[in-house]
Amino acid sequence: MTIYLLCLILFCCGLYCILRKRNIIKIILGIIIAEYAANLFFILVAYRLNGRAPIFSPDTTITNMVDPLPHALVLTAIVIGLATTALLVIIAMRIYEKYGTFDITKIKELKG
Amino acid sequence: MTELYLLLIFMIIAAIIAIEIKDLLSSIIAVGAVGLGLSIVFLILKAPDVAITQLVVEILCLIILIRATLKKDLLFSTTGRWFLNTLIVAGFISIFLFVAGKALRELPEFGRPIMKVAATYLKEGLSKTGATNLVASVILDFRAYDTLGEATVLFTAVIGVLAVARRVGRKKQGSELEEED
Amino acid sequence: MSREHGKGMSLIVKTVTRLTVGLILLYGIYIVLHGHLSPGGGFAGGVIIALSFIHLMLAYGKEIALKKLSKPILSLFESIGAITFLSIALLGFSGGYFFLNFISKGKPFKLFSAGIIPFCNIAICLKVGAGLFAIFVVLVLLKFDAENKE
Repeated sequence: MTIYLLCLILFCCGLYCILRKRNIIKIILGIIIAEYAANLFFILVAYRLNGRAPIFSPDTTITNMVDPLPHALVLTAIVIGLATTALLVIIAMRIYEKYGTFDITKIKELKG
Repeated sequence: MTELYLLLIFMIIAAIIAIEIKDLLSSIIAVGAVGLGLSIVFLILKAPDVAITQLVVEILCLIILIRATLKKDLLFSTTGRWFLNTLIVAGFISIFLFVAGKALRELPEFGRPIMKVAATYLKEGLSKTGATNLVASVILDFRAYDTLGEATVLFTAVIGVLAVARRVGRKKQGSELEEED
Repeated sequence: MSREHGKGMSLIVKTVTRLTVGLILLYGIYIVLHGHLSPGGGFAGGVIIALSFIHLMLAYGKEIALKKLSKPILSLFESIGAITFLSIALLGFSGGYFFLNFISKGKPFKLFSAGIIPFCNIAICLKVGAGLFAIFVVLVLLKFDAENKE
């Protein structure tokens, strides 16, 4: 149970960064950290004590495999996370090109 | 299981450093430390497919973020209601942790998953698909619609990046091309 | 020679890149082809193949890497990957339903086994690798333009 709480604390680090920081790059880093924590939570739920990786062996029959379903879900989520991070980064670069700053409060002031 | 706790505490410390440090490049490197630690955690939790993918994706993510922040000035504003904002965020996070801690009691204990769906995959995966890697058979046979949706999202994200990066107006592009020649 | 040294990184980096980039590409192809037997698969292999080209681009400058794979060819590869994946799924209608594993399974633990899963892995590898390398190329070119403007 303690390990779930540590995972939640990692998620809260990302949440604090998203809510409190004003630099756009810092906000993107917070989103990345929160995403890592969510992926870690899925894999933690799938773990079985003294389990083995979900790959069959030609010699022996393995009975204590870990749950392969969350692995498949997380595998797609990681690649999607990379693509959406690239989209966020390129929008941030466009904002910098237009306003000359990464600070979101200054961008609001410039708009009027 | 002590190595798992140690790695998680290392990841939390790296995340706090990434959040609080002033320099953006150092902050990105600290996020890289979080991701590589996460890759080792996946390896300990017996998920080798996810560990390989996390390792290579982390490297690519770092390259993209470093390209974005090179040679940019770093502006930080310290004005505003610092105390009130921090208090509100801390209150929100404490309420979130309280509710999540209550919800965690309903989860199965760590190390004993329920595996209601996965029992079928474990029993019939080899005879139905012929693939010895069960994760590959779940991704591409039992739950191939997930992969189809993932391919759609990836396609949309790439189109979005190309559209945002494209310069507005075709005429301007032609003139700049001539300048390059 | 001296003009070539101006672009990209130093001579040491270029020599090491020449030695390692083929091995990285080969490792990516191995991971994709053995995706149904051992850990790996289309996602990880595609990202490794994209990383090998990014390695080439970082060491030698963008002209040489773009000569091997330009942006229209990249979008062509990504579309080929998507259409291959969809048509493999549609061919399943010949036996009944979408995503039917319609080729014979073969013996387990052999390279040619598991029906459509290796072909789907190859299609996903094309799609992921071409898409991520296209994102990187766009970021590099955009950076170049912004510097020119300033």
